[in-house]
Amino acid sequence: MLKALLSHDLPRSRPLAALLVLTVLALAAAPFLFPGARSLDVAAKILVFAVLVGSYDLLLGYTGIVSFAHAMFFGIGAYGVAIACSRAGDPGWPAVFGGLGAALALSALLALLIGLLSLRVRALFFAMITMAVAAAFATLVSQLSTLTGGEDGLSFSVPLAIRPSTDYLDDPVLGADIDGRFVAYYLLFAAAVVLVLLLLRIVNSPFGRVLQAIRENDFRAEAIGYRTVVYRTVSNVIAALFATVAGAMMALWLRYNSPDTSMSMEIMLNLLLIVVIGGMGTIWGALLGSALFMLAQNYLQDLMKLAGAAFGDVPVLGAVLAPDRWLLWMGLLFVLAVYRFPAGIVGQLRAGAARRARRTGASP
Amino acid sequence: MNLSTPAASVPAPRFDAWPLALLAAIALLALPLVGDAANWATLTLAGLAMGLIVFVIASGLTLVFGLMDVLNFGHGVFIALGAFMATTVLGAMGVAGGWAGRESLAANLGAVAAAASAGMLIAGAAGLVFERVLVRPVYGMHLKQILVTTGGMIVGEELIKLAWGPQMVALPLPPALSDVLLLPGEVTLEKFRLLAMLVGLLVFAALLLVLNRTKLGLLIRAGVLDREMVEALGYPVRRLFVGVFAVGAALAGLGGVMWGLYQQTVTPQIGAQVNTLIFIVIIIGGLGSTLGCFVGALAVGLLANYAGFLAPKAALFSHIALMAAVLLWRPQGLYPVGAK
Repeated sequence: MLKALLSHDLPRSRPLAALLVLTVLALAAAPFLFPGARSLDVAAKILVFAVLVGSYDLLLGYTGIVSFAHAMFFGIGAYGVAIACSRAGDPGWPAVFGGLGAALALSALLALLIGLLSLRVRALFFAMITMAVAAAFATLVSQLSTLTGGEDGLSFSVPLAIRPSTDYLDDPVLGADIDGRFVAYYLLFAAAVVLVLLLLRIVNSPFGRVLQAIRENDFRAEAIGYRTVVYRTVSNVIAALFATVAGAMMALWLRYNSPDTSMSMEIMLNLLLIVVIGGMGTIWGALLGSALFMLAQNYLQDLMKLAGAAFGDVPVLGAVLAPDRWLLWMGLLFVLAVYRFPAGIVGQLRAGAARRARRTGASP
Repeated sequence: MNLSTPAASVPAPRFDAWPLALLAAIALLALPLVGDAANWATLTLAGLAMGLIVFVIASGLTLVFGLMDVLNFGHGVFIALGAFMATTVLGAMGVAGGWAGRESLAANLGAVAAAASAGMLIAGAAGLVFERVLVRPVYGMHLKQILVTTGGMIVGEELIKLAWGPQMVALPLPPALSDVLLLPGEVTLEKFRLLAMLVGLLVFAALLLVLNRTKLGLLIRAGVLDREMVEALGYPVRRLFVGVFAVGAALAGLGGVMWGLYQQTVTPQIGAQVNTLIFIVIIIGGLGSTLGCFVGALAVGLLANYAGFLAPKAALFSHIALMAAVLLWRPQGLYPVGAK
């Protein structure tokens, strides 16, 4: 039953399985274990990013194509919900799902067009064209300020059921307030579980197998009779749709959306980094990588602030350690990870498990 | 090595003029839309100037790709380095009485030349480091190349922020270059744009000359067509590639100086912004083709100026639409290179 739910894609390493169980349990019980507003925020972002990074991995890790437009689709989802809710004034679920539906339609159309245009000729064009389209789209979004709020973004209220001011019980249960925020978190949790399981289903289906064949050798895959253009384009559209839903989840949680929170180049870099660190070509890596990265981003940046303040007077060190230079360290980490650590955490743990299995002579 | 193939026995390839007709078509189509002939001529000249600057930036990228199949997503770092170097050099010279501060054309040109040399030098040096540290370990692996050079772009941008600060820096044109030339028929042309056109044409001519008339150029062209064969003949293609990479980076630095002066402001994001533009240009031109890059850059420059005048919001997508149209017409770009 559990195996079927996970699409027979098991962790295949005991430490990895333990880490994953720990992550999922911690996320499932987060409102009780970590009731603070900030830690719940981190947990919610981990859920959103698990879906977002998982869908990006479908492209980068499974299909072997680099897209720089994934943050754009994430942003489309977030803006779909944000615009629909801010227009509605007192939004209900129809507004949320209407906005999400429109966003999904736009994402599917854009992903299809980009895919057909660039993948028809050369998969290499894809990276360049997605970058150009994403840049133009981001500029457009910040210019259409009547619709999108421009650089300031949009603040909006969400349906009553998940509004922070909605109280369901007067007294906290096991240390957690049962309010709209609580419901919103579990809504996100349920959505993330369903979407990640769905992604596992997709990558372990015959379709996912073809994607991996294309990644390994597209010429051969084409020779066997698979239309690589069609498969790559479909993969691009699926990934875009998942990213759009993740964007909607993010907007519902934050009740605010701006280019910085959903469409910036920084999010694109975070995506790349998490996929590489978690392990390209494994959905589990996306989950684990998101959890690690979000924890690091939220708590290490504090550490950097301290270090930056402590060394503030030392000329070079102070400037390098300032929290504004967070991206510098992320960039360096990214380059090193691609060189030294291309299989990521999941790959390393699985390789370790396979080594041990060989040594003991047991079947893996 | 004696390369005396009888020239007559090799049939000269027919020159393909259709892409040039594309440029004429864009310009002529814009004429009735703009309406006013003087306005149209001004926009056309501005578009050509912008296109030539973009060509200078993109030429190195397309050659690097053609020669070694390396797609460098960090090309923008060299552009930003050149532009910021120009702010430093021109800033130092701009104090009262300096070369960039006086109303003298010769002094101003000298200042710009100094800025350009400094920009090319630092960008070229950065190119050498970039090639050695980031590109060399991932030869032949497209996916990793894209990832690593993207990482290099981010690190480079952050280092630039460290050196010059994260804010926007003004880069005013020296006084004698910001004058406007009045051409017959009320057509106006900023002197700097004339200079940019001259530099662009000079670079184009020099590249064509080196590529078509020298032994070095012959090797580069042969390497673009079939690297393994040139290596098998005993030529050090890798060393050639390092040279081309550094020259390409230096040209991007030169282009960065001119782009900064064209925009008159420089931000650390300038590299990423121009990067998307030059990707479009080299896709339109056909990856690896110098002539294609030239025509593509001019087309993008012209279209950007017409669209910016006619419908500023649509201008954001004008070059993407142009690329889509070109790829439907010629899927490998205007001037396809070799059989890769």
